[in-house]
Amino acid sequence: MATLEINDLHVSVETENGPNEILRGVDLTVKQGETHAIMGPNGSGKSTLAYSLAGHPKYKITSGTVTLDGEDVLEMSVDERARAGLFLAMQYPVEIPGVSVSNFLRTAATAVRGEAPKLRTWVKEVKEAMVRLKIDPVFAERNVNEGFSGGEKKRHEILQLELLKPKIAVLDETDSGLDVDALRVVSEGVNRVRESGEVGTLLITHYTRILRYIKPDHVHVFAHGRIAESGGPELADKLEAEGYESYVKGGATA
Amino acid sequence: MAEAQNIPGGSNTTGSIAVAAESTVATRMSAAPSFDVAEFPVPHGREEEWRFTPLERLRGLHDGTAQASGSLKVEVSAPEGVTVEAVAREDERIGRAGKPVDRVAAQAFSSFEKASVVSVPKEAVLTEPIRLSLHGEGGVSFGHTVFEIGAFAEAVIVIDHTGDNVRAANVEYVLGDGAKLTVVSVQDWDATAVHCSQHNALVGRDASFKSVVVTFGGDVVRLHPRVNYAGPGGEAELYGLYFTDSGQHQEHRLFVDHDSPHCRSNVAYKGALQGERAHAVWIGDVLIRKAAEGTDTYELNRNLVLGDGARVDSVPNLEIETGEIVGAGHASATGRFEDEQLFYLMARGISEQEARRLVVMGFFTELIQKIGLPDVESRLIAKIEAELEVSVS
Repeated sequence: MATLEINDLHVSVETENGPNEILRGVDLTVKQGETHAIMGPNGSGKSTLAYSLAGHPKYKITSGTVTLDGEDVLEMSVDERARAGLFLAMQYPVEIPGVSVSNFLRTAATAVRGEAPKLRTWVKEVKEAMVRLKIDPVFAERNVNEGFSGGEKKRHEILQLELLKPKIAVLDETDSGLDVDALRVVSEGVNRVRESGEVGTLLITHYTRILRYIKPDHVHVFAHGRIAESGGPELADKLEAEGYESYVKGGATA
Repeated sequence: MAEAQNIPGGSNTTGSIAVAAESTVATRMSAAPSFDVAEFPVPHGREEEWRFTPLERLRGLHDGTAQASGSLKVEVSAPEGVTVEAVAREDERIGRAGKPVDRVAAQAFSSFEKASVVSVPKEAVLTEPIRLSLHGEGGVSFGHTVFEIGAFAEAVIVIDHTGDNVRAANVEYVLGDGAKLTVVSVQDWDATAVHCSQHNALVGRDASFKSVVVTFGGDVVRLHPRVNYAGPGGEAELYGLYFTDSGQHQEHRLFVDHDSPHCRSNVAYKGALQGERAHAVWIGDVLIRKAAEGTDTYELNRNLVLGDGARVDSVPNLEIETGEIVGAGHASATGRFEDEQLFYLMARGISEQEARRLVVMGFFTELIQKIGLPDVESRLIAKIEAELEVSVS
């Protein structure tokens, strides 16, 4: 069973005034089949955790370990992490002018699966996944994320999640900027992947709204660069009622 | 409605953009156009038209010291009905599309021995391209070629430049009324070659001219694609693609002279640069004269800087003497290869090399698709892929 283990992770970014530590000792274990929600106020380091796991060059790991099934993730390049089974659905997907969605998806699937998918089954697979996510078929011929609305970008991220079938999926504020209909479609997509039991999900969000559609097994509150409290789904209810106030006070030492 | 805009995009420390504060289309040349090289002083490098060019690498083309000595293998394949003649400079078919605008172009005109005139008879619709292959075998050469496309004729011309040569040669395209011409000029020289050329097109009434300029090779390549209209209703599409490697100087200086009413022009040049001292220059001059009511024009230059140490000078210029036009605009942007694009693609398992390939091909694809000649398109794609192999390894 695939397991992502994060131990005492410290991460800094370079600023004009020298390195700024954002993650200050994150400990978290995500197993295949589990769903963990990470909730926290703006600036608490949630997205930094997501990008650090994926290997974004802006974030410098200063100490700690991340392993996927015992393999050292931090030693891997960005593409190696993806091929090892780590997936990051991005909060701000990037435009790639001149590269069509269909070309991009097939190139990514070929890389992750280790061989080019058979054309006939592939076309069918993509088409069905697009229908489920209510994505217009003409999308396949558009350039990646170019001129996409916020909702289209997020559905495109989840389309990739469905097609690439990772072991661990990190969803970075996939719910932000979505209206209720789009949120439902995107959540259904995530749930289909979860129901396979093959994926461990790390759902990063600012709002409790998405948790009505995607039921987490564990909820963690993120504050000041580490997990401040962990619990079950009931913790989300508490946050819904009380907000992040009590976590934001305390050690505002940044 | 006249709309002029200028959008310098993401410049950076290694690529730079120069945008002229005011239009200087009419005044930028230091001497009046002439067929006679003696009318042009030897440039010293500070003239507006020479300030980006490394004169010391022109191997004497600019100061009269370069003497015709070289050998250039020329192969022409022309479909039936097309005539190819060698003529003297006094021939009345020579020089109709425009005079040389700088000393090197005038040197070419003053120094060629025989000009070639390639004629497509009126109303002929060619099913095969006219192909002209020039292969340099060292030394200096001068030349002059006129392509004459008769009224309502349709033709495709593919000109290939390969090998090593120091060459100054001008090309004229004279389009009769209602003629349609697509011309592809590929500069795929060896890394030692020097090539200066003025391309003059005279677009007849209701005629369509499409030019595709592709520059990969050479030490110095300096081209002047220029368009004039012989009557109303003409259309010109000028597309260009260049891949400037370390140490190369590639300069494209365009001029569209809208002097007739209801003509259109669309200019799109895109270039990728990689390596130390790679230098691309793009000058896009568009002049809409008082008589040219109903003009519709747009020009665009985009540059993608792939590594450190490359330099771009991109200068779009639009001068408008009448407000009675359909539209006029220009845009220029130079951007660095974006790390965020690379990260996004790699986060989907795609290797760095493949990700770079995707982004660069994506940058050029839209332009390549406008060429409309499948064999040329696939050849360009293969060539770009080969350039990328070099950059990655």
